[in-house]
Amino acid sequence: MSDAPRQQAPAAGRAGMKKELPDRFKSYKHVWVFIEYEHGHIHPVSLELLGEGRKLADKLQVELAGVLIGGDVDELGEAARACFEHGADLVYRVADPVLAHYRNEPYTKALTDLVNTYKPEIVLLGATTLGRDLAGSVATTLLTGLTADCTELAIDDERSLAATRPTFGGSLLCTIHTLNFRPQMATIRPRVMAMPPAVPGRSGRIVDHGLDMTELDIITKVLQFIPDRDTDKAQLAYADVVVAGGLGLKSAENFQLVKDLAGVLGADYGGSRPLVQKGWITADRQIGQTGKTIRPKLYIAAGISGAIQHRVGVEGADLIVAINTDPKAPIFDFAQIGIVANAVELLPALTAAFRQRLSVHRLAS
Amino acid sequence: MHTVVCIKQVPDSAQIRVHPVHNTIMRQGVPTIINPYDLFALEAALTLRDKLGGTVTVLCMGPPMAEDSLRKALTFGADRAVLLTDRYFAGSDTLATSFALSSAIAKIGETFGPVDIVFTGKQTIDGDTAQVGPGIAKRLDLNQLTYVSRIAGIDADTREITVERRAEGGVQVLKTVLPVLITMLEGTNEIRRGSLADALRAARAGVTTWNAADAGITELLKCGLRGSPTVVKKVFAPSARTEKAVLIETDGRNGAQMADALIAAILDRNPALDADLRRLSAGF
Repeated sequence: MSDAPRQQAPAAGRAGMKKELPDRFKSYKHVWVFIEYEHGHIHPVSLELLGEGRKLADKLQVELAGVLIGGDVDELGEAARACFEHGADLVYRVADPVLAHYRNEPYTKALTDLVNTYKPEIVLLGATTLGRDLAGSVATTLLTGLTADCTELAIDDERSLAATRPTFGGSLLCTIHTLNFRPQMATIRPRVMAMPPAVPGRSGRIVDHGLDMTELDIITKVLQFIPDRDTDKAQLAYADVVVAGGLGLKSAENFQLVKDLAGVLGADYGGSRPLVQKGWITADRQIGQTGKTIRPKLYIAAGISGAIQHRVGVEGADLIVAINTDPKAPIFDFAQIGIVANAVELLPALTAAFRQRLSVHRLAS
Repeated sequence: MHTVVCIKQVPDSAQIRVHPVHNTIMRQGVPTIINPYDLFALEAALTLRDKLGGTVTVLCMGPPMAEDSLRKALTFGADRAVLLTDRYFAGSDTLATSFALSSAIAKIGETFGPVDIVFTGKQTIDGDTAQVGPGIAKRLDLNQLTYVSRIAGIDADTREITVERRAEGGVQVLKTVLPVLITMLEGTNEIRRGSLADALRAARAGVTTWNAADAGITELLKCGLRGSPTVVKKVFAPSARTEKAVLIETDGRNGAQMADALIAAILDRNPALDADLRRLSAGF
């Protein structure tokens, strides 16, 4: 809403400014990852961030902590174990019945209090609906910098966090620093960072912290949570195989060809942004900068030209296969295997060939 | 019911080009639009006003040319438009932006009557941060409702509001008390076309233009570059890959032959996929 937020444009005057961290921030140490824990599950992005946080903490030679906020002390203890196995040295735990469901007010207080008490230099959160809701409030309360939706994190020569994010819909990348304030905060999209392997039995210590808030202090009430039905859930971000379509499919009816192939492969399906705008697919199936980031083992893009916005969302795939009639389409610049063909004609043949191959295997086994 | 809708004028991202040599955004000739997500917020505010009465004030921070976006909002039916423009705001990051906007909203409340709801889009299409809404809420001490997909109920007497918000894995139904800040999700309503009467009214209506002092902002150190804790150190284009896709031969092949060749190439490249596909196709 601003004129030109500098998360988009370089600030020549300020960029070269010498870093002078005020004295009050000099005791800020350690790397924290906010662990998103809801409905009995840790969001996978939190474990991905522990893997990334581990690298940053090792570079800085400080400890890595997970922050667990929730309603039940024992459940959080179980979740803490997963944090240790994924790289955390310690876990800060805030357990209170009023924290049973996510609400901005008590979660903002819990995380803000922890930061002010234990003074971390870096705080990472997943760029989920919860993470973004919480991060914006906490950073504003602490009056510190927050970099949204990062795709790369590093520590620079001056021990400062260098957070890289796409800007202008992914057409450019920019690297953002929070020089004179602490903590340095960032949200990171799910699936951008690799999941660290778990080390069974690895343990750490738990530090409990109180909330000092009662239900009467909290104005917002959760009336109900309506979980998505399994059939509604697009598991795109975590699918091993994804088939997607673009405008090259020519019509909404032809999108069925993508679903057919996905069905035979046991894959999830999605599409590029124009398809959401045309109403061929729902927004939760959009792949790309403003949609989902995916990291499948196999990605088949049918009739997708491969605009930069799309590329940002699929680059983490192990193997990208492109079907497009235009040999000059940008998707052939980042796919590993391509075929210059009409997806509407090739998809049925591909579906049939896979079906036959996979059913033969099934009979044989 | 007095609602304030924050909108941003953004470059139409579909038409943005990057300079091939300098890696800078080529803004020249790129049309500007109202951030598309903000239109869902505007429509939600107009719908509420039509139902409950009251006024809708549209607020935009930006350069003088952002007045175009405000006029557009007036043609959709907004009652009042305020442009917040000052060189002190240049280079604001999200923290500085939320400071300026929240100050202006407070001033709007003093000038035109208390504000019950502040609406924004869920994020902008150029910055994509989704941080300014929560920032405004925190600075004005409003209850914060982000990613709202539906306003399920609002009671002007008890000042209670119930909304559905998109959460991870489902929908949260929340009840809270006005004043609130709401960020609206996309696709939540059908954007109205303004009526002829609205268009005529908009053409006559003035856009109120405020600088920092007009908005009651005295702490200029909290604005613009100086008020921004984040610093952009580097802007660059994504690295160009040198590898090109291996293209499957198509000449003289029918669909079935092309499909077989494609599958062979996939499994040749990654033989382990064979087992993955068998497992997945069997439904495991």
